[in-house]
Amino acid sequence: MSKLTLKNEGDTHIIVTRHFAASPEAVYRAHTDAKLIQKWLLGPEGWTMPVCINDARPGGKFRYEWAHSKKGSFHITGEYLELQPYSRIVHVERMFLPDPTPDNHVETRFEPNGAGTLMTMRMTLPDAQTRSAMLSSGMEHGMEASYVRLEGMI
Amino acid sequence: MYGELNLDAAFSAMADPTRRAILARLASGEATVNELAEPFEISQPAISQHLKVLEDAGLIVRRVDGTKRPRRLAKPAIEAMDQWLAMLRKAFEKNYDRLDALLATEAHEKTEHPKRKRGKIR
Repeated sequence: MSKLTLKNEGDTHIIVTRHFAASPEAVYRAHTDAKLIQKWLLGPEGWTMPVCINDARPGGKFRYEWAHSKKGSFHITGEYLELQPYSRIVHVERMFLPDPTPDNHVETRFEPNGAGTLMTMRMTLPDAQTRSAMLSSGMEHGMEASYVRLEGMI
Repeated sequence: MYGELNLDAAFSAMADPTRRAILARLASGEATVNELAEPFEISQPAISQHLKVLEDAGLIVRRVDGTKRPRRLAKPAIEAMDQWLAMLRKAFEKNYDRLDALLATEAHEKTEHPKRKRGKIR
């Protein structure tokens, strides 16, 4: 029973939806307050976010840096384009690995849903090739999991 | 489950970034050698060599279409791509599970210490 959905749409979009048992205001704040972001936007186990700079206003910039004891570190930078408290955030971001990836344009909506909030995040990559590249870099991690499983079987 | 897939060959085939990018491109549909070579700054023979490695590993298959030999993903590669989507999903789920816990703590603190409220909550 997963509350999350993640799917490709067209050639260039990735859509993520998730329900939260909290008000749109609380969920919105968790997405815009650096102190809160730093506590949850950490990805897989073992990563921390030593740097979280976030200026949540139109034109404001953000920078998140992640670190892992064995896997090193990387960061993303981005700019806010639009903020409608507590319903909508539009921003662009790119990852540095260490070269910058093409801009990912992200619209995040927060809608009241029952007693909680439905979040819908729509990512738009510049072209199908870029989305494919995201797929291919992610496959390394998929492969890693395969190796671990394989090792367990041998 | 892996059909014609040679597991060792598949792992070493996928260890190369160009070949992973080719697989990712094929994830969005069948493509000819020319189409596959386009985004890379390497020669068509080099691409053909990469395609041969992927084919030998059982990750892609070819079809005959006149003089063209379009390639597409074989089932094991499709499964690998699905697995990646599952990994990405897992990373998101991990984040949002943490956020659930954080939101629960926040709501609790607001009830316990109403004066620390920073904004009105419905």
